[in-house]
Amino acid sequence: METKPIRQIQEEIVEEFSVFDNWMDKYNYLIELSRDLPEIDAKHKTDEHLIKGCQSKVWLKAEWEDGKIRFTADSDAIITKGLIALLIRVFSNRTPEEIKEADLEFIDRIGLRENLSPTRSNGLLSMLKQMKLYAVAFDVAKNKK
Amino acid sequence: MAVQKTSPFDPASVRKDFPILHRKVHGKPLIYFDNGATTQKPRVVIETMKRIYEKENSSIHRGVHHLSNRMTEAYEEARNTVRKFIGAANSHEIVFTSGTTGSINAVATSFGEKYVGPGDEVLVTVMEHHANLVPWQMLCEKKGAHLRAIPMNDRGELMLDHLDSLFTERTRILSLTHVSNALGTINPVKDIVARAHERNIPVMIDGAQAVQHLTVDVTDLDCDFYVFSGHKIYGPTGIGILYGKEKWLEDLPPYQYGGDMVDQVSMEKTTFNELPLKFEAGTTNYIGAIGLGKALEYLQGFGLEAIAAHENHLVDYATNYLGQVPGVRIYGKARERIAIFSFRMENIHPYDVGMILDKLGIAVRTGTHCAQPVMQHFGIDGTLRASLAMYNTTDEIKRFVSGLRTAISMLT
Repeated sequence: METKPIRQIQEEIVEEFSVFDNWMDKYNYLIELSRDLPEIDAKHKTDEHLIKGCQSKVWLKAEWEDGKIRFTADSDAIITKGLIALLIRVFSNRTPEEIKEADLEFIDRIGLRENLSPTRSNGLLSMLKQMKLYAVAFDVAKNKK
Repeated sequence: MAVQKTSPFDPASVRKDFPILHRKVHGKPLIYFDNGATTQKPRVVIETMKRIYEKENSSIHRGVHHLSNRMTEAYEEARNTVRKFIGAANSHEIVFTSGTTGSINAVATSFGEKYVGPGDEVLVTVMEHHANLVPWQMLCEKKGAHLRAIPMNDRGELMLDHLDSLFTERTRILSLTHVSNALGTINPVKDIVARAHERNIPVMIDGAQAVQHLTVDVTDLDCDFYVFSGHKIYGPTGIGILYGKEKWLEDLPPYQYGGDMVDQVSMEKTTFNELPLKFEAGTTNYIGAIGLGKALEYLQGFGLEAIAAHENHLVDYATNYLGQVPGVRIYGKARERIAIFSFRMENIHPYDVGMILDKLGIAVRTGTHCAQPVMQHFGIDGTLRASLAMYNTTDEIKRFVSGLRTAISMLT
C-alpha cells in the first residue's frame, strides 16, 4: 500500500479536529484515540524504552522493517496516549529521511501546542526528539551496511 | 507572640487584596489550589516592592547617603518583624537567606562541617521534602556518616514510638518538617524537640508549609533552628529565613564568604562580622526581605488564629466533599493537618485529571511533590495535590469537586 506523505496525514488530522470548537471535545477525541492505540506488550515496558523525566510515563519502541521505522508507544496517562497516537500516525512506517525532514505542524494547528511545550512534563516533546534520534540512528546504521 | 488583631477575617474581603485572584484562566475564573508550591501576593507586598524600586532603592549597610541609610533601616525593621512573627528572642538570630532550601543547605554545611564526622548519624523523617533530605544525604556521603529516618504510618503520621531507638550516641542532629508538603500532616514538633533535647540532640524544623497556617513560636518550641520561605507565606520569591539560637549562630562557621560578612580583611587574615551579618555574605535580597516583612505584617493584621480557623473549616469541608466522589483515595489522613489534599482516583492518572482541571481554570499540582520517599511509602508514582490557603473558599471547593467529577466522567 502506498503510504501518504507526512504532510497529507497532518492535513487530515487538522481536518478531523476542525469540527471541534471547544477543548472538551478535543480532549474527548484524544481519549477516544488513546483507546484505539494498541498497547505495548508489558514485556517491552522496560526502562530501556521508557522516556525519562516525565510525570506521565511514556514508552517508545522502534523497529526497522523493509527500509522503514515502525514505532509503537504507550503511556500510563490517557490524554498523553491520545497525543502519542497522533504522533505514531504521522511518523510510523516511514523512512528515516521522511522522519528527519518532517516539520511537525499539526499540533499547533489543532490548538494543542501547549502539550508539546518544554514546560509540560508529559514526555511528548522528549518522545518527538527520541523519534528523530531513532531516524538518525537507523539512517547511520543503514548507510554502514 | 504579640498578635494585634486589627481586622476581622473575612475571606471575601481578603480576596480583594490579591489582584491575581481576579483573573481568568482559559476563560474561567481562576481557582488557585497550588499554594503549597507558592502563594499569591497581597497588593501591599507588590506595591511596597514597586515603590522601593521606583523611589527608594539603594544598597544596604554601606551608605553614607540618605537612601542607603533609609534602606538599611527598612531591612532591619523587616528582620525585627520576622523576629516578632516567630517569637524569637533576638533580631540577630534571624538570618535572611534565599529560601528554605538555602537555609537548610546553610545549616547542613556549617553544622555538618563542625559537628558531623565518620560514623555519626543524622536523623530526618520519611516525609521530608527533598530539600530537607538531599543536603543531609550529601553531607553524610561526604563525611562517612549515616542518614536515619523516622518512619510514618499509613495515616501519614510519624511513628514516634521508634524515636528512642533512633536517637543514639552518634545522633548529631534531627532535622524534620513541621508540616508535610505532600500529606498535610502537622507533626508534634514541640514534643519531639523536648525528647531530642533530653538526649542533647539539636533540632532543626523545616517550617516551609507551617508558618503560613499555624502560629509558630520558636521560643516555645525551643527548637535550635527554624527555617521557612518568603514566597510560601504571601511574600516575594528568593527570600527565606534561617532562625538559629544565638549560641549556635555564634558557634557555627559561615557557609559563604564575601562582602558585608567580614570585620577586618588583610591579605593574611580575615575576621568575621557579628551576627547575623556573619551569615549574610554579599548583597542580600533586601527588597525581598522588606516585602516579606510587609507580608507578615499583613497576616498579623488578622492573626494566625483567625486564619487557621478559616483554613480548618476548609479542611473539614473539603474532606467531606472529596469523600463523596467515588473512587477518590486521599493519602495522608493525619488527625492534625492543614488544608493540603493529596489523592488519586481509581484507574485514572493524576496527570490526566490535572490537565482537565487546568482547562477549567483550576490550578493544582500533580506528581511526587519533591517527596519521592512519601510516594514510595504508599507504593504510588504520584498524586494530585490540592493545597489551599487563606483566600480560598468553600465555593471554590465545590467548583473544584465538580471539576473532578467532570474529569472522572471524561476519563472513565
